[in-house]
Amino acid sequence: MVLGKYLDIMTVKTTDKTLQKYSQDGGIVSSLLIHALETGVIEGAIVAMPTDEPWNPEPYVATTPEEIIAAAGTKYVLCPLNNALKIAARENGLDKIGMVGMHCLTYAVRKMQLYPFGARHLPNKMALLLGIFCTENFSYTGIKAIVEELHKVNIEHVQKMDVSKGKMIVTSNMGERVEVPVKLTHSYVQPGCYICPDLTARTADISTGSIGSPDGWSTVMPRTKVGKDLFQSAVDMGLFETKPIDPGKFGMEMLTRLAQNKWDRSEKTRAERAEIGLPNPF
Amino acid sequence: MSPFWKKEKKSDAENIAEMQTASPAAAEEKTDAAQPEITVKPAEAEAEVKEMAAAKPKVLTAVMSGCTGCLISLVDNYDILLDLLDAIDYRYETTLADVRQIPDDQMDIAIVHGSICLQDKRQVDDIRKIRQNSTFLVAMGGCASSGCVTRYSVGGQAATPSHESFVPVANLVKVDFALPGCPTGPEVIANTILAAVGADLEYLKPLAELAGFACGCDLLTKIIGNGLCIGCGTCAMSCPTRAIDMDYGRPHVNQELCIKCGACYAQCPRSFEPTFEMIEKRVMGVE
Repeated sequence: MVLGKYLDIMTVKTTDKTLQKYSQDGGIVSSLLIHALETGVIEGAIVAMPTDEPWNPEPYVATTPEEIIAAAGTKYVLCPLNNALKIAARENGLDKIGMVGMHCLTYAVRKMQLYPFGARHLPNKMALLLGIFCTENFSYTGIKAIVEELHKVNIEHVQKMDVSKGKMIVTSNMGERVEVPVKLTHSYVQPGCYICPDLTARTADISTGSIGSPDGWSTVMPRTKVGKDLFQSAVDMGLFETKPIDPGKFGMEMLTRLAQNKWDRSEKTRAERAEIGLPNPF
Repeated sequence: MSPFWKKEKKSDAENIAEMQTASPAAAEEKTDAAQPEITVKPAEAEAEVKEMAAAKPKVLTAVMSGCTGCLISLVDNYDILLDLLDAIDYRYETTLADVRQIPDDQMDIAIVHGSICLQDKRQVDDIRKIRQNSTFLVAMGGCASSGCVTRYSVGGQAATPSHESFVPVANLVKVDFALPGCPTGPEVIANTILAAVGADLEYLKPLAELAGFACGCDLLTKIIGNGLCIGCGTCAMSCPTRAIDMDYGRPHVNQELCIKCGACYAQCPRSFEPTFEMIEKRVMGVE
């Protein structure tokens, strides 16, 4: 099963007008984090916060809705969020930590919960993991090269980045919109991503991403009891507009196909690595 | 027994409510009402305890050259410490039990912490005896599994200047399972003991690979050097001395601060990967 185990799957968008303005797609992650914060499910969340260097976010422990909104939107760049887990637990003194991340980050947290060699008393402090769909990621220099050399936009002027329908779209703060086929960006992908088998962050409590849903909406997959309860309470409070996911070509079919592609890419990579004598972690 | 992190934490309010209902007055009434009736004779009770102990795996914890911080880490399992101690028959333990000599009988699980000093004949003899007499040998903590900070001892110090070679347990005898980290996490110790008690080899298998030399440079040689790094920052988080900075999504190890405990490499999601089924079942509670 390439999508992992999930309790439900649907197409969702936030009803909050402010969040719609700042968010990447359906505003799911920001809404859920704020909702979790306000209902006491978490005391703070680790998010990728923009810094003075444009599009080079840093891990940040957000404890207020304002901080969560400030970190809204997808950044296609590495951000070592797990580094902030201990900061959240020790310096911020949080007992219930939330986190948002792609498969690699949520998986690393799950491994840490199972084998906490260097993470004393952290396993039971992880209260909520939100997963984001991800095919690959870039180093800062990589994304800078893509934007400046392929899109011909100065990275300081980029308003929003998005990947949709095989295109990488950059919108500048002048309103200019430049599209480049995702294929051209492949030479900048971080090498470690090719061995990753999972698109939909299957070890998260709730996974979300734009794949499988129309523009302005997100696909949401609650996977654990914690995730399902949180999502249900948010829906009950009217924070989300939901509809069943489209089973057709641009819905379930596309999500399953892309997830299968990533799974196959991982198997192929592992076979290639084995052939030249490199070790595989699984 | 359910894993440590599954145990539901009570809120302060619940704890207070519990304390209030169990007020001293209420407790007194209860003891008055139910006078303890001794139906089991002491000799019988003793026999019963011995029988129960016989069914449990025999465990010893031996200290070699180290700070015993990993033993404190074991005790640091607050909520489940009593359950943990109940699951085993603890034969030798320098801080919790009053036994002075490492017992000679056959042990099921031998937990060793601290590195071995080659010039200390007693330690060398002890570790060989322990290995011979035990089914599983667990190297608990950085010193036992990789040498950790004791690696920096080069002899010439006061009291015993000739003590200069401090090596991981695996250099002398076969180590079945190693737990790196300085100190290694309380929960991973509890999980490992319970897994060894239940012969849960799925959990223990990856630990078999972690004994021996370790260093922050493992991240360079084994992770980045094998094209596996994903810049998640877990290594930097797990480092006890904050020797690792994340620069543009890659770990940068400050060798001056690295104590060679092995936590970063063991904690890296790309050093060994537990299966999705294992994570779903044991951590996420999804069947």
